[in-house]
Amino acid sequence: MHQISEIKFRQVIVMVFSKKSFLYSLVALIAFLPSVLMANSPEPTPAHGEAVAQENQDPKAEIKEQIEEVKNHHVLDAHSFHFFGDKETGKEYGFPLPIILWDNGLHVFSSSKFDEGKVAEDGGNYYVLHHERIYKTDATGALTEHEGHPTNAKPLDFSITKGVLSMLVIALLMFLLFRSLGNSYSKNGGVAAGAGRFFEPIVLFVRDEIAIPNIGEKHYKRYMSHLLTVFFFIWFLNVVGMMPFGVNVTGNIAVTFGLAIVTFIITTLTAKKDYWMHMLWMPGVPLPMKIILAPIELIGAIIKPFSLMIRLYANMFAGHLVIMSLIGMMFVFKSWIGSPLTFALSFIISLIEILVTLLQAYIFTMLTALYFGAAVEEHHHEEGHH
Amino acid sequence: MEKLINDFSFGLFFWQTLIFLLLIFLLRKFAWKPILTAVNEREEGIKNALLSAENAKKEMQSLNSHNEKLLAEARVERDAILKEAREIKDKIISEAKDDAQVQAGKLIEQAKAAINSEKNAAMTELKNQVSNLSIEIAEKVLREELSNKESQTKLVEKMLGDVKLN
Repeated sequence: MHQISEIKFRQVIVMVFSKKSFLYSLVALIAFLPSVLMANSPEPTPAHGEAVAQENQDPKAEIKEQIEEVKNHHVLDAHSFHFFGDKETGKEYGFPLPIILWDNGLHVFSSSKFDEGKVAEDGGNYYVLHHERIYKTDATGALTEHEGHPTNAKPLDFSITKGVLSMLVIALLMFLLFRSLGNSYSKNGGVAAGAGRFFEPIVLFVRDEIAIPNIGEKHYKRYMSHLLTVFFFIWFLNVVGMMPFGVNVTGNIAVTFGLAIVTFIITTLTAKKDYWMHMLWMPGVPLPMKIILAPIELIGAIIKPFSLMIRLYANMFAGHLVIMSLIGMMFVFKSWIGSPLTFALSFIISLIEILVTLLQAYIFTMLTALYFGAAVEEHHHEEGHH
Repeated sequence: MEKLINDFSFGLFFWQTLIFLLLIFLLRKFAWKPILTAVNEREEGIKNALLSAENAKKEMQSLNSHNEKLLAEARVERDAILKEAREIKDKIISEAKDDAQVQAGKLIEQAKAAINSEKNAAMTELKNQVSNLSIEIAEKVLREELSNKESQTKLVEKMLGDVKLN
């Protein structure tokens, strides 16, 4: 009975939105959600077992500690791909990733060398993984700590982490998907075919609703490649973050910094004379104002990409943290009232997060287009200034 | 802020930027260019098709109005021709009538003249005939009458009397 009504409900949703492919994607994601929620909480499961509560520790505190661990594990980058583990048997499921270090020479080894807190040895150097940071150490793996932070030397870490792997997979997926879409036109007489066809309206949306209104008919073509790539890259990575075993890539400041700096560099390199004039020597205002405005405008040019970086990072990071916390609360309450309530709450927040995945991709692309638009804008001086 | 800086992983930034730039480059070449070109072409095609359809419609309309104009002109012309024809017909008829009348008049005149001349000729003939007959009669009478002198005299007198009367 339940299943039938659910199927009908989905059919209704699909029928309602079938004409709007954009919303269709949302519906598809919502339909996918139960599995997302199931998989978001792999590790606290052993907490159900009473055996976990050790004699000398308060069981509640133990669960909280585990939840904290899972939360960190989920929202932060990692040097190995870890699916889930069993605290009781000590079994861990996952696969190691390559560690690439630059420490007076290239060191490449598998992250399995760090398993169970071991000291990894490569080329006569010893390294230890502490809170997902690699430190140089000696054969015993000793760390000198200062106010809780190790002071050991850190080699340059170019490891293929979970996040890098996810980005590589997404990049490959995007390449295959959009290349097949691009090829399908010539084969199919100018009409899109295949899986990529689903994304054609979104490509057009980026062009017609983001690029053209913000940049203008004249210059928008130059920026289309970047805008489309950044939109789908962020969107897909956000969605991957919501999936089972998904990785919170866009909720990492290094990633959003990379995205924002590309926007900043493109804006700066393609800026026209008017952009610099309005930044350094604002026309139409008195001389003292010009001198005051120049540093403000210069700082503004840096704050713009900085806000891009923080906005995406904070939204994704906070969203994941909230969902993980709510899921964690289910195991803290362990009651007939509290757990379903937090389940419902986390379900609702997950729905919102799915909207946010798209929304943040849209906002990032939108603002990027806005900054590009400002860079190439041509002011008509005879019309006066504002 | 300190946590942010601590969380910052240079390796991740490095790979992200590399992957992202490479992705832009590859997708621009293999995906966005063909996609946007195809979509643009399609849109241009639709626009052109609509435009040509609109033009065809306009052409049809102008053709129709042109046809109607032609038709109206033709009608006017036809009316004019008919009118002219009627006028010509009337003219011809009246001319023919006039001609016929003139001709008939002439014929009548001629006939009258002919009748007159014939009559005159007949009269002359008749006169001659009568005179001849009269002479013959007179001869015969004379021959009869002139057998005695008295009747001769009488006749001469009578004739003289006739001449006077004439």
